[in-house]
Amino acid sequence: MAYDCIVCVKQVPDTAHVTAEAMTPEGTVNRAALPAIFNPEDLHALEVALSVRDEYGGSVTVISMGPPKAADVLREALYRGADRAVLLTDRRAAASDTLATSYIISRAIRTLGKYDLVFCGRQAIDGDTAQVGPQTAEKLGIPQVTYLERIESVTDGVARMRRNVGNGWEVVEVKMPVLVTVLDTANEPRPPAAKRSTKYKRSRTRLELGAEVKAEMPDVSKEKAEVEIERRAETLRSRGLMIDTWNLDDIDADLSWCGLNGSPTKVHRIQAIVLTKEGYTEIPPTEEGIRRLVHELIVDHTLG
Amino acid sequence: MIDVNRKGEVWVFAEQEDGKLSDIALELCGKARELADHVGVKMAAVLPGTSVRGLTDELIAHGADKVYVVEDRRLEHYQTQPYARVICSLVEKHKPQIVVYGASAIGRDLAPRVASALRAGLTADCTDLDIADVRDAASGVTHKNLLLQIRPAFGGNIIATIVNPQRWPQMATVREGVMAMPEPDPKRGGEVVEEEVEFQELDFAVKLIERHREPHTVNLKGARTIAAGGGGVGSKEGFRVIHELAAAMGGAVGASRAAVDSGYVNKAHQVGQTGTTVRPALYIAAGISGTVQHRAGMEESAKIVAINDDPEAPILSVAHYGIVGDLNQIIPMMIRAIKERPKE
Repeated sequence: MAYDCIVCVKQVPDTAHVTAEAMTPEGTVNRAALPAIFNPEDLHALEVALSVRDEYGGSVTVISMGPPKAADVLREALYRGADRAVLLTDRRAAASDTLATSYIISRAIRTLGKYDLVFCGRQAIDGDTAQVGPQTAEKLGIPQVTYLERIESVTDGVARMRRNVGNGWEVVEVKMPVLVTVLDTANEPRPPAAKRSTKYKRSRTRLELGAEVKAEMPDVSKEKAEVEIERRAETLRSRGLMIDTWNLDDIDADLSWCGLNGSPTKVHRIQAIVLTKEGYTEIPPTEEGIRRLVHELIVDHTLG
Repeated sequence: MIDVNRKGEVWVFAEQEDGKLSDIALELCGKARELADHVGVKMAAVLPGTSVRGLTDELIAHGADKVYVVEDRRLEHYQTQPYARVICSLVEKHKPQIVVYGASAIGRDLAPRVASALRAGLTADCTDLDIADVRDAASGVTHKNLLLQIRPAFGGNIIATIVNPQRWPQMATVREGVMAMPEPDPKRGGEVVEEEVEFQELDFAVKLIERHREPHTVNLKGARTIAAGGGGVGSKEGFRVIHELAAAMGGAVGASRAAVDSGYVNKAHQVGQTGTTVRPALYIAAGISGTVQHRAGMEESAKIVAINDDPEAPILSVAHYGIVGDLNQIIPMMIRAIKERPKE
C-alpha cells in the first residue's frame, strides 16, 4: 500500500550561529545579515517522509510558505528526493501569526487533495513556538502526533509511532490521515544526491523565470517578456522542473483569516538583547583569589 | 474565539501525570494568582484526569480560588484531542479572560490545538507575564488591562512582548522553572466545581499502546547550586572536575549544549533554551562561552561565577564574578577552598 506524504518546510535565518558579522556595533543582532537556511528539524521531517515512500511507495510533496526566495529550500528538498515542490507566496500573507499561518498551510494541503501523512519539523528556530504543526492538524480536522522519534510500522492505513515526551516515551497508533511533528533525534537526513542536484538545480518558480527574463532582455515589451516566460515555463514543466507557485487565491483562502487581519496576537514591543561587558567582579585565578571568592559566597549564604 | 470579557477568570491548565501535579502547574498558580489580583477576578485551575479529586487541595493551597474538575476514565493519560475538548468546552461555557499552560511536552502539544479550535491567540514559551494598559498606535484605542506575554524570540536574540487585544481568551504557554514556586498555604479556602464534558468518538483516534516514564535522575531545577561545564572543558575525562566541584558544593551538574553534543555528559544535564531553565542560588559556568540559548536558561540565577580562558566570552556579560584562566587549575583550587571552609 502506497502513502502520499506532504512535508511542510520553512526557510529560516540561522539564529543558532550568530557570527560577529551579524552583530551591530550596539551589540544587537542584525537579522538581515544571517544566512537563510532550511529549518533544521524540517530536514528530519523530510527524511521521515522519504523513508516512508522508499519503504511503502507513494509520493513526497514539499510545501513552503514564505517570500519568493524560499524556493531555495524547495530546491534543496528536491535534491534530497522530494517528488514535487509547491511555494506558497503572497504579500497578503505577510505578518501572519501562527494561527493565520496554519490556516494558510491547511488551505494549501486541502488544495493538494489526497494525502495520508503530513510531516512538519517540531519547531522552527526563528520563532521556536512549535505551534504551527498542531494548529494545522486542528484546521485539517485530523489527529496530531507530536515529537516523533520513529515510525514503527505502517499497516493498512494505520501508523504505529514512537514519540519522545522528554521524561519518557510513548508508542501510539492512529489511523491515517494524521499530522506528525518530527524531532531532530528521529534520523540522520540523507545528503542531497549528486544526480538529482544537477537536474533540479535548473528547477524554477515562475517568479524566478520572470526575474531571469527581465535581466536577460531588459528592453523587450511586457507582452513579449510574458511570452518568453511562458515558453521557458513550458520547457521546464515538460521536464518536471517547474516549482509550482500558489498565492492565496489559488488555495481559495478566506482573506479575513490571513495576514495581520487573521492574527489575534500582536507584537507590542521588541527589545534587542544587548551584550554588556561590565558589571562583574574580576577574581584573580590564584589560590588567594579563589579562597576569598568562596569565603564571600559562604558569608552571603550562597554556599550553605 | 470568545469576546473580550473583563469579568472573566484567570485560568491555569493543571497538568498532572500519574496522579501527581507537575511543578509547572503549581508555578503557574503563583503567577496566575498575581494576574487575577491585578485585574480583580478569580483564579481557577482546570484539572482533567481520572481520579484527580485528591489534587484539588494542593491547587487551592498554591493560590487557586476554584478548581474545575473533569473526571473520566478515558482521561487517565494525556491525549491531545480529549484534553483539548475539555479546555474548549469549559472556555466556551465560562469565558475566562486568560488561560495559561506550562511550556512542557504536554502544554506545547495541547495549547496550540485549543488555540486553533477557539481561533484565539497563543504565545509560546513565555518567560514573564504581566498586566498593563496597551495603546494601539494605529487606532488610538487604549485596551485596558491586557496580558503582556513576554518571551525570547529569534534564537533568544530579542525579547518580544505580545498582546491579544480583541480575540480572547488571552493564552500563553510558560517555560518551566521560570516562575517562582509559591509557598503553599494549607489554610486557603477554595471551591471545587465538577464539570462534565461530552466527547466524540473521533477525540480518541490516537490509541496509546505503550508508555514509559524515566525517573528524574538529574534534579537541575531543584538544585541550590550548579556546577556547569561547556565545550571548553575539552573531553569527557576533563568533565570529571565539574562533577567533583558539584559534589564539593552538594549541588548538581549542568552543561551547555556544546558539552552535551560533544558527548561529555548526557542531555539530562543540559541547561538552556532547549534544556532545563534553572535559577539556583549559585551557578558556576566553566568553559561555557555563553550563547544566548544557554544564557536564557540560567541568567536568573542569584549568583553566577564564570570561569573562562577568553576574557571576551559572552558568559561574562551575565556573570557576577569572572575568573579568566585555565579551568583545570581554577576548579581544583575552588574545590580545596570549599572543603577547607570552616564548619559551623
